[in-house]
Amino acid sequence: MMIPSIIGIVMITFILTRILPGDPALMITGEQALPEVVEKVRQEYGFDQPLYIQFWDYIKQLLRGDLGYAWHTGHSVASDFASRFPATLELTLASMFIALVVAIPLGIAAASRQNSIFDHISRVLSFIGSSVPIFWLGLLLIALFYAKLGWLPAPIGRISGGINPPTHITGLYVLDSLLSWDMIALKSSLHHLILPSLCLSMGTMAIVTKMIRASMLEVISQDFMRTAKAKGLSNRSVIYRHGLVNSLIPSLTVIGLQFGALLGGAVITETIFVWPGIGNYVTESILSADYAPIQAMTLISAILYGFINLIVELLYGVLDPRVRYE
Amino acid sequence: MALLAPWIAPYGPNEIRTEDKLQSPNMAHWFGTDNFGRDIFSRILYGARVTIWTGMVAIGIACVIGIPLGAIAGYFGGRIGNLIMRFMDILLAFPSLILAMALAASIGPGLIGALLAVGIVAIPEFARLMYGQTVVIKEKEFIEASRALGVRHSSIIFQHILPNALAPLVVQITLGLGSAVLITSSLSFLGLGVKPPTAEWGAMISYGRDYIISGEWWMTVFPGAAIATTTFGFILLGDGLRDVLDPHGQSSRK
Repeated sequence: MMIPSIIGIVMITFILTRILPGDPALMITGEQALPEVVEKVRQEYGFDQPLYIQFWDYIKQLLRGDLGYAWHTGHSVASDFASRFPATLELTLASMFIALVVAIPLGIAAASRQNSIFDHISRVLSFIGSSVPIFWLGLLLIALFYAKLGWLPAPIGRISGGINPPTHITGLYVLDSLLSWDMIALKSSLHHLILPSLCLSMGTMAIVTKMIRASMLEVISQDFMRTAKAKGLSNRSVIYRHGLVNSLIPSLTVIGLQFGALLGGAVITETIFVWPGIGNYVTESILSADYAPIQAMTLISAILYGFINLIVELLYGVLDPRVRYE
Repeated sequence: MALLAPWIAPYGPNEIRTEDKLQSPNMAHWFGTDNFGRDIFSRILYGARVTIWTGMVAIGIACVIGIPLGAIAGYFGGRIGNLIMRFMDILLAFPSLILAMALAASIGPGLIGALLAVGIVAIPEFARLMYGQTVVIKEKEFIEASRALGVRHSSIIFQHILPNALAPLVVQITLGLGSAVLITSSLSFLGLGVKPPTAEWGAMISYGRDYIISGEWWMTVFPGAAIATTTFGFILLGDGLRDVLDPHGQSSRK
């Protein structure tokens, strides 16, 4: 099932990026270049070939693991991605972490005590997550915590200027500084991470809270919950041991799907917070009409998305004994 | 409000009064002025027209393409149906904002590019919804009856199936408008939407970006609030319509 989808995805990204405005050969050489030079570059990169040949070349190239060349940075896309990927990974993981840490207890609390303060918070959160534009939220957070209160450093990059990044182990600054016990770097990188990840987590937090609340409400009224309560289990263990596991199953799909939304949101969040990740890189590429990174990003995010869905389906088997894969 | 913008707005959307620049909200300028001395309140009113118009055209495109595709796939099924729906699944595999960005960049920056991009991104949702509806409705007796009477396929689809699928479609249109507003303004914020000096909410926030640090919050806060309320309004409307139009669907909303 995944193979034809991947071919479809590759075709779409190819078609998409080849109708970009602007002459790519002119982009590489610069506006002032002599026509002969531009022509030479055009031949060298194969832009003068018919589209189907360019497409075939593109596929061959992908199969070699070559994602193309980014003119605006002067590096191969693969190496640009590799150097920026840890930043995006750190940001998305932190956002997912914040979202789940808030959403799961909040969703449960909102379901088990309807119309309580938790229920109201979950409603406000659902408003923010569904309607508030992420770039606006980010700017407001910066205005409040950096400009007004001065609690956090300038929202530029992953670590403050004068501080050395931690020894490179995983590429995730927070994890690396913990592993190398570099407290100064840890503090600075946490300070830099908190606002962007909070900003990015809002959408996911809202949707997961809503999902957990809804499925918890459904689970609570079922017989096995009453049985669990009747056999004298504490309220806490009824809700967490019996309720949560059962309400997590439908929420899992939503959490998986949210990774896609997080990647999209990362583009905006990284742009606002000048976070040196893939999202920021893609914005730069779009503004300089650079094909290859955009192709690579759309391609990778779509494939990643399919892959995450696969994992989610396999996890069903773990969480729900009725679904077992042979 | 948006329709009446020329009458309500105290100033023109692009009226530059440098002597009034960067004023905080006051009696003359309710929402303050920007770095060119343009009245924010007036620009938000005019921006509403841009935003709502873009959203409607984009969702219009999505409906015109997505609904027939879904209906054809659902009605005829078979290989064509499979092919259409597989293609829709592939489109859905792209994170919507990334796809919209790539599309808007491909078509060319500007309002047309943005609204086409937002429209195309929304196609699969309409196609999927219509497909699901069609598959269910086409098994009903009255469709069988009209087929027995020799009614043409196209009239069965448009005169019998479509009206019966209208309720969920209307809900989806309203919800789609909400996300269209959000995506369009995101594109404008990134510089892929409208060109300056058009008053558009996302673009206004992007202008205000450099000023919010130095304390001129009104340039950013009001347009953002406008986006949030508009989007939320569409979502509430969609939820409300679902309850009114679909008496069986109560359980879907808890």
